[in-house]
Amino acid sequence: MNISEQWLREWVDPDTDAEGLAHQLTMAGLEVESIEPVAAEFSKVLVGKVLSVERHPDADKLTLCQVDAGTGETLQIICGAPNVYKDMKAAVALVGARLAEGSKIRAARIRGVQSQGMLCSARELGLGDDHDGVLDLDPSAPVGASFREWMSLDDRVIKFDLTPNRGDCFCVAGVARDVAAINRLPLNEPDISDVPDQNKTVFPVEVVAKDACPSFSSRVVSGIRPDARTPMWMCEKLRRSGLRPIHPVVDVTNFVMLELGQPLHAFDLDIVTGGIRVRYAKKNEKLTLLDGREISLDTDVVLVADHKRPLAIAGIMGGENSGVTEQTRNVLFEAAYWSPMALAGRARRFGLHTDASLRFERGVDPWLQQKAIHRATALLIDIAGGEPGPLSTECSSKHMPARDPIMLRAQRIDRLLGVEIAPDEVAAILSGLGMLLNDEDGGWIVTPPGHRFDIAIEEDLIEEVARIYGYDRIPEKPPRTVMHMPEVTESRVAESRIRSVMIERGYQEAMTYSFISTDLDRQFAGDGKQAELINPISEELAVMRRSLWPGLLEAAKNNLSRQQERVRLFEIGMRYYSQDIDFKEVNTLSGVVSGNRLPEQWASAAKSVDLFDIKGDLEAVLRPTGNISSLSYRAEENPVLRPGQSARALMDGEPIGWLGALHPQIVQQMDTDRDTWLFEVDIDAAFAAKIPEFQGISRYPSIRRDISILVAESVSVAEIQATVRQAAGELLSDLLIFDIYRGTGVDSGLKSVALGLILQDYSRTLTDTDGDAVVQAVVGQLHKSHQANLRER
Amino acid sequence: MDLEQLKDTAEREIAASDDVRALDEVRVRFLGKKGQLTQQLKQLGKLPADQRPVAGQQINLAKKILAELIDTRRNQLESVELHSRLKAEAVDVTQPARGEQPGGLHPVTRTMQRIEAIFNGAGFAVHTGPEIENDEFNFGALNFPDNHPARAMHDTFYLKGGMLLRTHTSPVQIRAMQAHGTPIKLIAPGRVYRCDSDQTHTPMFHQVEGLLVDKEISFANLKAVLHDFAERFFERKVRLRFRPSYFPFTEPSAEVDVEWQNGGWLEILGCGMVHPQVLKNVGVDPDEYTGYAFGMGVERLAMLRYGVDDLRLFFENDLRFLRQFN
Repeated sequence: MNISEQWLREWVDPDTDAEGLAHQLTMAGLEVESIEPVAAEFSKVLVGKVLSVERHPDADKLTLCQVDAGTGETLQIICGAPNVYKDMKAAVALVGARLAEGSKIRAARIRGVQSQGMLCSARELGLGDDHDGVLDLDPSAPVGASFREWMSLDDRVIKFDLTPNRGDCFCVAGVARDVAAINRLPLNEPDISDVPDQNKTVFPVEVVAKDACPSFSSRVVSGIRPDARTPMWMCEKLRRSGLRPIHPVVDVTNFVMLELGQPLHAFDLDIVTGGIRVRYAKKNEKLTLLDGREISLDTDVVLVADHKRPLAIAGIMGGENSGVTEQTRNVLFEAAYWSPMALAGRARRFGLHTDASLRFERGVDPWLQQKAIHRATALLIDIAGGEPGPLSTECSSKHMPARDPIMLRAQRIDRLLGVEIAPDEVAAILSGLGMLLNDEDGGWIVTPPGHRFDIAIEEDLIEEVARIYGYDRIPEKPPRTVMHMPEVTESRVAESRIRSVMIERGYQEAMTYSFISTDLDRQFAGDGKQAELINPISEELAVMRRSLWPGLLEAAKNNLSRQQERVRLFEIGMRYYSQDIDFKEVNTLSGVVSGNRLPEQWASAAKSVDLFDIKGDLEAVLRPTGNISSLSYRAEENPVLRPGQSARALMDGEPIGWLGALHPQIVQQMDTDRDTWLFEVDIDAAFAAKIPEFQGISRYPSIRRDISILVAESVSVAEIQATVRQAAGELLSDLLIFDIYRGTGVDSGLKSVALGLILQDYSRTLTDTDGDAVVQAVVGQLHKSHQANLRER
Repeated sequence: MDLEQLKDTAEREIAASDDVRALDEVRVRFLGKKGQLTQQLKQLGKLPADQRPVAGQQINLAKKILAELIDTRRNQLESVELHSRLKAEAVDVTQPARGEQPGGLHPVTRTMQRIEAIFNGAGFAVHTGPEIENDEFNFGALNFPDNHPARAMHDTFYLKGGMLLRTHTSPVQIRAMQAHGTPIKLIAPGRVYRCDSDQTHTPMFHQVEGLLVDKEISFANLKAVLHDFAERFFERKVRLRFRPSYFPFTEPSAEVDVEWQNGGWLEILGCGMVHPQVLKNVGVDPDEYTGYAFGMGVERLAMLRYGVDDLRLFFENDLRFLRQFN
């Protein structure tokens, strides 16, 4: 919201400059976004009177004006604007003047005629964008006066970012009340007295929706002058508040709204039929708004209607057909108190955000309507004449909001704020904010004023006290509280540890959005039920992901396209599953790898990543579980992974995730030619950790026996390992696979696997005989189970 | 040859040997089993008995001197050889290192870990909650009335079926108090979502929530803990400014600005005293317990700490950006 500093100072004028004022307001919770001058710098512009207007002898579109600018001589000024007329008061830029846009006025000859200055448009003075004509000043403007001073242009606009609880501050009066309270100054409210009626014309009003509209005031003003113009001072106040002057009647309602905070509406009485009826809309009832849009209504929308049709959506926007126009002679002012609950969300539903809805949704003083209408009436009569009828009000007292008194305990203030504030100061602060106080044992009974919708409980009052007292005056005190030691569990691997291992393995942590496109999610996670957003940012971000891979692949692709040759990314985040009525979030570690095994370097040949590199990374990150011996792999198909080069990882036989190469078809579809490797692990399932249990260390040396076997390709290394372990028995302390060979010397369909058996006993030194016995048992069992034979050297 | 001549000859040859092998040949020739000095010892018997001890002594002394000379020379030669071998095998120490280069944490994680560490040290335990929340936990229990304009400040993503993506980490306050009661002292880091995407908004970002509810907790305590935090986080003395603000779940509420080097104030977090209705909603008596809560945007703090000027960079995963935090 924007407020002119000068306007504010008419109400309350503390001894501080604009910056000081802004600081005060910000520190009281009315955040000032900016302070800007209301007009650009310009100089040597005076109020002048056009004495005569003649056609330029050599140019159709130019006029030759004789102007009195109070300089003692009559100035001859050539003007291109069509709206200049004899006796017009205008802003005259003298020779030597600097204008808002930076240009300098010089004496000039235009088509052979001397011009001694310029008649200015609004834009040239930095007062707006209007450049169509010369700014037409009030006839009362004093000739020869400095235009800047006469217009009070050394003013600033204070721009606020108000919080939703302070609806009362969407007006000069509201901000002024806070300024007065902060500075302990009285409020210089302008004289707003009741305007007596001059006739008995009343327009019938019937309020049907009393719950939505507890109070409805209206007044007829008949016989206004249609040619009346809004005075310059009012136009300027509107402009400085961000509103454009439109029509004297509309301008008056806007002015009162900006001044007092009560939105008003004015109807052209001659267009309204029968009487006003405030009611809920019928299903699918139509209304064409002021902005020309036709909307279809629902039964929870409140209308101001006449006996034939809807005229306005209550508290939001008027209809197209009933507004005032240049022909309007008879006006019906309306000011209502709309219950915020009856309006909440409606404006948003129609995509409307109006000055009225903004205020009503946050709450307008329920007892302000009559005053606002008196003010509007007085202003309108002043500007456009007319005869006011009686002010009439339909009020349903049982629907009016209750203003319950609140008990405020002095001790509660101290306890909540941690500072003792003298009772006198508390009382002064609250009274200054318009609250009624009655002393009570240990505190006060406080009744907040009608405009403070946000004050309902004791804590609200304490906040009022604190913000006017000053948050900065509250000291800092370290709390005295029970100290809890943190849980430091060993039964799970901490995420920080998982991250550390990934980093050591050359991975960079990424963060991708939790939502992805519906199709991608389906492609990577199958047909199951998705967690779909109703209002996604875009199609690409429409469902909650069931895999982290699409996000990481996109990140990898973007980096590859930025000349990054080697990409290793990991992410820890949720996958989201829609269940019957609920959702499940699965914390997941996921990675993507593209490029060579090692960064490009002189010291080792470039080698492509393969599945066993990814296994290495996975095992490194799982090692801190202390349970790596329970990790196993199963060749299994996954639609996005390359068959034959992908596997499911299992912990204690339970699946924990996937690893493998991205399916070549998807590689192609993603428009890259890079092999890409992926893994994804369910963190809850995979990272339960074993607490170490000490085992004795053998004091006896180990012996090693190496054997090399020939075995069919179809026999997996895991099967061979299992057979060896089982056959070797307890003496086997470690088993190495130190070579796997296919090719010359090995028949096709077979592979040679070289095994290193490390044997050790806890009670004695093993002999050759022990070693031979183990090897014999192992070879025998390998042959029996897998038709494996010792490889002849 | 007499002994003196022999010794002179040997000494010359020892000195002239220019590698270990040549030296060894000299040794064999003079001191070996068939060496010339050994021969002389063998011939001692031919001397008259009374001359033998003196001659023997002289030969042995010469042998000892020569052996020492050979040892010394050998050490010299070996040292020279070692030096030349080491010189030959010298590497260019400026050649680049071999092997993997570690990656690094995302700056948001890095920031979040620091925030957690600071508060952990002060006894705030880490709690978490779901990102897919219901309306009650995200709004209702936090004292956001239906249709209240405060809800409009949170541009909420809704899911089919009525759930929503949490717009802040504050629902964890409710969940934690329901589960653990009071007193309670926690922080809750995590992802949050708002339906807003432009230069200064991303639809997903991170917050860290803080909550302390106990019997004697005041706004003065809140000011102390946040000032302490800010100085730990920025690792310098900072001035903070608490401005009155509005959140439905705190009363009084404040926004906190930190004074920046240029003298301006930058907002870093929102906070306040837990609203009594929030305490009532979880069955805590607000006359017995009071508490404070705060919530900070992790990206915002990371931007201030590291001078990042565009929020969107955090989610573009550009390695050229990410690697700056390694």
